[in-house]
Amino acid sequence: MVLFALYFVAVFIGLGIGLLYLLKEGFPDQDPFVVANNYLFYWIIADLLMRFFLQKLPVMSVKPLLTLPIKRATVVNYVLGKSALSFFNFLPLFAIIPFSFMLVSDGYETSLVLTWMFTMMISVLIINFLNFIIEAFSAESEISFLPIIVIIGVLFGLNYFEILPMTSLIGSGFLAIAHHPILILIPIIILGLCYGFNFKILKKKLYLDSSLKSKVTEVNASDLSWTERFGDIAPFMKLDLKLIWRNKRTKSMVFLLFIGVLYGLFFYPQPVYREMTFMFALIGIFSTGFFLINFGQFIPAWDSGYYKLLMSQNIKYEQYLRSKFILMVISVVILFVLGIPYVYFGYKILIAHFAAAIYNIGVNTHVILWGGSYNRKKINLDKKAAFNYQGTGAVQWLIGIPLMIVPMGLFGLVNWLVGFAAAIALLMVLGVAGIVFHKKLMKFITKKYINSKYKMIDAFSQDN
Amino acid sequence: MIYTKNLTKTYNGTTVLNIEELSIPKGQSFGLVGNNGAGKTTYFSLLLDLIKPTTGNITSNNVVVDESEDWKPFTSSFIDESFLIGYLTPEEYFYFIGELRGQNKADIDNLTAKFEDFFNGEIIGKKKYLRDLSKGNQKKAGIVAALIGHPEVIILDEPFANLDPTTQIRLKQIIKDLAQKQGVTVLVSSHDLTHVTDVCERIVVLEKGNVVKDLETNPETLKELEAHFSGGTIFSDEEE
Repeated sequence: MVLFALYFVAVFIGLGIGLLYLLKEGFPDQDPFVVANNYLFYWIIADLLMRFFLQKLPVMSVKPLLTLPIKRATVVNYVLGKSALSFFNFLPLFAIIPFSFMLVSDGYETSLVLTWMFTMMISVLIINFLNFIIEAFSAESEISFLPIIVIIGVLFGLNYFEILPMTSLIGSGFLAIAHHPILILIPIIILGLCYGFNFKILKKKLYLDSSLKSKVTEVNASDLSWTERFGDIAPFMKLDLKLIWRNKRTKSMVFLLFIGVLYGLFFYPQPVYREMTFMFALIGIFSTGFFLINFGQFIPAWDSGYYKLLMSQNIKYEQYLRSKFILMVISVVILFVLGIPYVYFGYKILIAHFAAAIYNIGVNTHVILWGGSYNRKKINLDKKAAFNYQGTGAVQWLIGIPLMIVPMGLFGLVNWLVGFAAAIALLMVLGVAGIVFHKKLMKFITKKYINSKYKMIDAFSQDN
Repeated sequence: MIYTKNLTKTYNGTTVLNIEELSIPKGQSFGLVGNNGAGKTTYFSLLLDLIKPTTGNITSNNVVVDESEDWKPFTSSFIDESFLIGYLTPEEYFYFIGELRGQNKADIDNLTAKFEDFFNGEIIGKKKYLRDLSKGNQKKAGIVAALIGHPEVIILDEPFANLDPTTQIRLKQIIKDLAQKQGVTVLVSSHDLTHVTDVCERIVVLEKGNVVKDLETNPETLKELEAHFSGGTIFSDEEE
């Protein structure tokens, strides 16, 4: 998830810096600042939609405060204030601030840009609190995502059929504020109203039997008997699949599979990247190994909640690890197969992806399992999924080097010195070697885990 | 069955457990009592090789627990909630433990059927995840899971806490049966002196990591324990 968050930060910074240039390129005869403002409507809609599905008000954290001599109003303010510090509110800043800098350096008036920047920041907060209002109403309706779909749909429809031109309305609104700073009072008042409304709703609900009640979910049992063919590791595979499917934090893994598949589409449609053969290996490793990296980096911390149980049970460590290994191998194969259509962009890409998949199966699976033996951070599976850094330590950063940089470097070097075929062959040979020595490698890795058993048990029983 | 020799555990210079010698014969129901920080859970964790002893060792059925893993097949335990897997239903949890201990589904179903009374209709077939059960019901599931696969040694830390009175009484019967009829060595710790004296044939009192009393349970034991924990003055004064 860290990689994921960083990726977004990087994209937003890139967007902030590059946007002005892109707008000038795309709309040469219009004022880029005006064009940017006209697109704000889409940003607001997208942001609302994303927040609705990913961001929740941090109400549960106040349970211990209720019995303390603190006024209810203070508690409510604390919850709402805390929500303002969410990652979702900081992310847009990574684009807004660089873009503002670019505007100023391009000759726009500083006061104009500053006013605009502050208006944007206030808008981010308005969206933040607006989302919680929508969520509060959704909680009461039968189909929980109906309100958001209706609101977004109506706004979009009004705009699309030009009944109410939302894009230019919002665009000219922002422009007006930028030109007449006194008008910034309007968004501030809107923000105040949204906050006040949230305050009212929340104050009514801050009781153990309403919003603070933890949700009890019905079990979704699925037939996992197909895992039996894996023999002695079947119990662990079943456990791992349930782990992934039944916990918030891990459920997002499934979506990562899709992102992994689509990852190449960020690059390959652009001819610039298609020239850079050495990039194929990196994209291939990343695309076929997306699940491997995101799931693997937190082995065995996924099981930290019941690690003592596993350690006192009659299990073979090697089976436990092999189940994770097989799971990762399966994900690599699936991602590779789903990525076959990339052949459309050139057969070399397919070959590179194939070699990368072999490398992932033979080398990276073992590397990431080995790295896992250094994991000392607990993971709480019930915590929200998006942009959760819990369980992240130095290991997660260091492991990226052998995982991605090394194969890319090797591939690039051999590709440059000898040629494409040799570079592909190198990755495949390394991968096949890893598969051949699988048993030996697993023995070594298992030993690592056994050696750090006490340290892991100790670390996983600490609440960090 | 379980033999402890020169066992100490030290954290940063503070000794939290120091047992010179303690031997628990097979089939004994053994109770461990003591105030918070007396070393009860530390002893159980050492017995399960979850922490490493500073000196000495524990031998279980001739297996030195921190050297070999061969004690695992005949030992089972429920120490705290971290022995439960929150995202499984109780049934799935029982099956999972069963698979680890070489039991098939039918074996598990047979076993859980025997505990229908104990579960009081709140565990099986409820379609609820363990993490959503109440503390008491979680404990019931954990205790029964510790009985899966015919273990010879069962370790239960504070099994009576959080249980309702009816279940406490049923649990006492279960523990007694295990030790007396099936020859299982049961190790129980508790803060509740009445429960331990009801259930255990032998009671050891720990204080700051040391064994200060080792009693065969008889009708006087409860009084003796109460006297000990109330500072040893009140009761002896009354008797004189």
